[in-house]
Amino acid sequence: MTDKLILPKKKGLNRRTVLKTMGMAGSAMAAPGFVRYAQAASSSPIKIGFQVHRTGIGAAYGHWYERVTTAAAALINEQGGIGGRPIEIVAEDDGTDPGRGAQVVEKFATQYQVDVAFGTLFSHVVMGSAPRAGELKLPYYVVSEGYHVASGKLNRYTFQPGITDVKSQVISLAPWISKNLGKKVTMIYPDFAFGYDHRDYFSAAIKGQGGEVVQLIPIPPTESSFTRYFPQIPAGTEVIYHVMVGPAVLTFVKELGEYFGSQHPALFGFIDSLEAVDFKSPGLEFLDGSYLWEAYPRFAGASPKPHDTFYRQKVGVDAYGASTSDPADISTFSHMFGCWETLYVIKAAMEAAGYQGAADKGKLIEATEAMTKLAEGNEHPQGEKLFNGKIHQSFGHQNITRIKSGVADVVYRTSIEEGLYEPEADYTKMAL
Amino acid sequence: MKGDGARIALLHGAVLALLFLAQFVAGDYVQLSLTRIMVLAIYAMGYNLLYGYTGLLSLGHAMFFATGLYVAAIGTTRIGLGVPEVFLLAIAIGALVSLAIGGLALRASGVAFMIVTLMFSQAAFLTILYFGEYTRGDEGIVIADSIRRFGFLGMTVDLASATLRYNLALALLAIAMGVCLAIVRSPLGHVLIAIRENESRATMLGYDVTRYKLFAVVVSGTLSATAGAAYALMFAYAGSTLASIQYSIHPLLWTLLGGAATVLGPLAGTAVMYAVVDIASGFTTANLLAVGVVLILLVLFFRKGLLGTVRQRWLPWLP
Amino acid sequence: MSFFPHLLLAVLEGAVAAATLALTALGLSLVFGVMRVVNVAHGEFYMLGAMVAWWLSQLVPAHPLLGFLLALIGAPLAVGAVAFATERLVLRRIGYDPEATIVATIGLMFLIQQLALSVFGADAKPVNAPFTYRIVFPWFGYSGYKLFVVAASAVLLLCVWWVMSRTRFGLIMRVTQFDRETATAFGIPVGRVYSAVFVAGAAIVAIAAVLLVPIQQAHYLMGLDPLLMSFIVVIIGGLGSLKGSVIAALAIGLLGGIVSVFFSPTFAAIIATLLVAFILVIRPQGFFGAPAR
Repeated sequence: MTDKLILPKKKGLNRRTVLKTMGMAGSAMAAPGFVRYAQAASSSPIKIGFQVHRTGIGAAYGHWYERVTTAAAALINEQGGIGGRPIEIVAEDDGTDPGRGAQVVEKFATQYQVDVAFGTLFSHVVMGSAPRAGELKLPYYVVSEGYHVASGKLNRYTFQPGITDVKSQVISLAPWISKNLGKKVTMIYPDFAFGYDHRDYFSAAIKGQGGEVVQLIPIPPTESSFTRYFPQIPAGTEVIYHVMVGPAVLTFVKELGEYFGSQHPALFGFIDSLEAVDFKSPGLEFLDGSYLWEAYPRFAGASPKPHDTFYRQKVGVDAYGASTSDPADISTFSHMFGCWETLYVIKAAMEAAGYQGAADKGKLIEATEAMTKLAEGNEHPQGEKLFNGKIHQSFGHQNITRIKSGVADVVYRTSIEEGLYEPEADYTKMAL
Repeated sequence: MKGDGARIALLHGAVLALLFLAQFVAGDYVQLSLTRIMVLAIYAMGYNLLYGYTGLLSLGHAMFFATGLYVAAIGTTRIGLGVPEVFLLAIAIGALVSLAIGGLALRASGVAFMIVTLMFSQAAFLTILYFGEYTRGDEGIVIADSIRRFGFLGMTVDLASATLRYNLALALLAIAMGVCLAIVRSPLGHVLIAIRENESRATMLGYDVTRYKLFAVVVSGTLSATAGAAYALMFAYAGSTLASIQYSIHPLLWTLLGGAATVLGPLAGTAVMYAVVDIASGFTTANLLAVGVVLILLVLFFRKGLLGTVRQRWLPWLP
Repeated sequence: MSFFPHLLLAVLEGAVAAATLALTALGLSLVFGVMRVVNVAHGEFYMLGAMVAWWLSQLVPAHPLLGFLLALIGAPLAVGAVAFATERLVLRRIGYDPEATIVATIGLMFLIQQLALSVFGADAKPVNAPFTYRIVFPWFGYSGYKLFVVAASAVLLLCVWWVMSRTRFGLIMRVTQFDRETATAFGIPVGRVYSAVFVAGAAIVAIAAVLLVPIQQAHYLMGLDPLLMSFIVVIIGGLGSLKGSVIAALAIGLLGGIVSVFFSPTFAAIIATLLVAFILVIRPQGFFGAPAR
C-alpha cells in the first residue's frame, strides 16, 4: 500500500464550519454547477505528496521519515485537518535516485495533482527534483539539512522550514569546540558535496574562533575500509572532527578505535554517522566519552519537556530513541522530526493563506515566506526556530551531547544566534 | 530486400507520428513521462548500436551519457555558453571521448571489453567526484531557468515549456532513429552484424574489423552523449548518480527488454521498464521485486526481447 | 608518522584487502571458469551470506564464537540452496546462454536485494568478531581478527586448490571447463557438474561473507562492491585460472593500499581503476589466461 488515506475522526470535521464555508462559496458563485464544485473543494482532502527513500541508500532514513509523517498526518487529521479539510499523504518511493526523484515530483504534480510535495532527504535527490517542482509550480518542502535551499541555487517553490541547514549547524558548533576540546582540528569527511559543506564552513568558523584545521582527510564514498587513512592524522591534533555517511560508518569508528586504543585526541562527530545505529553496537565502545552533534537529542534526558514526551509517544519512540515496538530498531531521531515540523509549517502556511486549491499556490508560497518565528511546542518539539523567508530556510538550536555507557546526554545547547549567517540569496524576488 | 524499404519507412514514420499525436490526447503526466522516455531511448538506441548490432557489450556507457550531461551543465552554468552552442559542443566532445575510449578499449574483447569499459566509466565517475569544486559531486548542478530560456534564430526558446520539450525530444528521437536506420540498413551495418555473428570470418573476408568496431563505438557514444546533454538541459540537472554503474546497466536492460538489434526495441524497452517501475512503485513498496521478476520472466519466455520476438514470429523484415 | 610504520600499515591493510578480494572472487572465478557465465548475483549471494551470519549470530547472543561457527555452517547451506534453485529454475532452462544469464542474474540481483530489504530492513547490521584481540605496535594498534581473516582465506584457497587439482571431482570440473562437448562424450553429466559448481561458488562466497562480515557490516546494498571487485580480479587474473585470480587479488589489494598512501584517496582510486583498465588494454587475456582463441 502506497497511498495512505488518513481521514479524520468523525468529530474532526465540524459540520457547521463546512456548511458556513459552503454558504459563503455558494453566494459568491451563483451558478448551480459551482456549488457542487465548491462543496467538493471544501471537504475533499488536501493532498500532500511524500517523496520517500524506501529503497536505495537512503532507505534506513526513509523508513523513519515515513513513520513520523504517518504519525503527524494522523494527528493533524485528529485535530481537524488543515482549514477543516483532512490531509491525505500520497507517498511514493524515489529509490534515493535524482532521476527517479524528478519523475516522482512530475507524477505528484500532474497525475496525483497534489497540493504540495514534501519530505525529501538526500541532497542529490533534492537537487534533481527541485527544478521540476519549480517548473511545475508545485510547492516543495524538503527535509534534507543540505545548504542547497539557503544557497539560492534552487527556486521560489522550494523550502526547508523544518530543519536547520548544515552551514548553520557547523557554524554554531565552532565556538564550543574551540573553547572546550581544542583548537587544532583534523577533519575526516566524505569526499563529496555534503562533506565539502562541512569542510568549507567549519574551517572558516573555527578560524574565526582562533583555531585551525590542521589536516583535511576526505574519504571517497566508495570506501569500506578506513585504517589506511589514519596515519594522515597529524601528531599535534587536539580534536578529530568526523562526519561520515552510509552503511560503512560503523567500520570507520571500529577501525579508529583499533588504531588509537585508549590514547587519542578528543573526538567530535556528527550524528549523521550514527543515525539508526545503536550506540551500544559492538565496536562503538570507542566512542565512550566522545562528543556528538545532535539536532534533536536521541536520549530524552532526566527531565524531558512535555512536548518531547508527546512527540515520542505519537511517533512510537522511547526515551532512548528506539522504536517502542522493537527496541533494536533505532530511529533517525536528529532528522526525522523535520517531517513532523514541516507538516505543521505547511498547515500553518495554508491556513494563513486561506488555501483552497491549486489556484492559491502563489498565496501559499507568500504565506510561507512571511513566516518568521516557529514557537517550541507540540508542533515544533525540537525547539524554537527562526525562519528566513528570503532564503526559505529555518534556523534552530543545536545540541552537543556526550556519550557515556551507550547513552548521549546533552552538555550544551547552542543559541539560534550562534548559527546565523549572512543570507546569500533572495528567493522572494523571483517570479511566482 | 528492396520492398522492405517502404514498409520500414512506414512503420517507423508511424511510430513517430503516433508519438507526435500523443501529446494532443495524453494527460500531463503521460506527456512528461514520454519526454523523459524519448530522451532516455536515444541513450538506449546508441547503446543498442554497439551491443545489439555489433555484439560489443559495454558496461561503461554512463561515462558517455555523463560527458553530455556535464558538458551541458558546466558549459552553461560555469562558462556561460548558450544552450545551442553547448549542445553542439557536448556532441562534439562526446564523439572525441568515445573515439579515445574506443581506441583503447577495443584492444580487448569479450568480457575483457566489459571490464575495460566498466573501469573507464568508474574512473570517469570518480573524476566527477574528484573535481567536486566544479561538479558539486553527488549533489550535482542545477541549471537555472534563466539559462534555459534563450533566443534562437530570432525566437525565444523556453525549455521550461513542457510542450516545447516534448517536441524537441521527439525531434531528437527522430534524428537518432534515422541515424540508426541508415547505418543498420547500409552495407556498413551489414558488416557490423557480420562482425557480431563471426568476427574471424569478417576478418578473413578482408574487413578491417577494428575500424568498424571503432565506428560503432563512436556513433554509440556520441548518441549517448547527445542524450545526456539533452537530459541535463531539459530536466535542469546533472549529478554524479547519473554517471554511476546503475546508469550503465539501464540501457543494457532497456535494450534487452525491447529487443537487441531492433531499431525500435530500445524505445519499447525504455517505455516498458519505465512503466513497470512507475506502476509498481505506485502500489507496492517492493518495486525492485517487480523489476527483478520482469527480467527473469523476460529471459525465460521472451529471450529475444519484445520486438525481437515480434520479428522472429511475425515480421521478419523488422530492422 | 615516519616511513616504516606507514609502510607496515600499508602492507597490513594491503594484505587484508587482498584476502578480501581473493575470498570474494574465488566463487565467481570457479563459476566463470567452468560454466563461462557471469553471475551478476554473485554479490547478492555474498550479501545473503552476511545477512544469514548476522541473523544466526543474534540468535545465540551467548558468545560471538558460537554464532560464528553456526554461521559457517548455516550461511553456505542457505545461500547454496538459493543458488541451487536459481540454477534449476532459471539458468538450466536458458541453457547457460551467456547474455541471457547476465539479464537473469541482474533480475535475481534486484529480487534478492528487495527481499533482503523487506525482511531484514535497511539498517547496517554489525556482527561481533568471534574473538577480539588488538595487536599493539609501537605506533598504532591493529585488529587481530583481520589477520585471522588473512590466514583463513589462505586455508580456504588451499582447500579449493586441493579439490580442483587432486580429486576426481576436480578433474571432472577441469574437463568440463576445457571442453563441454568432449566431457559429454566421455559420459560426464555436464548438467550435474554445472549445478554442483554453481552451488559451490555460492557456498564459497557465503563462507567469505561469514569471515568478512565482522570487519564490515551486513547491509542490503553491500553486494555491488564485491561483485565489481571480484569481476576485476577474475578477468585480470585470466579467465578460469584460479592461480591467476589469487595473484591478481594480491596485486590489486597491495596496489590499492600503497597508492592511497601517496595520493589523495579519490585520486588514488581513479589511478587504481585506470591501471586495471590499462592492464587489460595491454593484456586482454589477463595475466594467466590463454591468449584469446
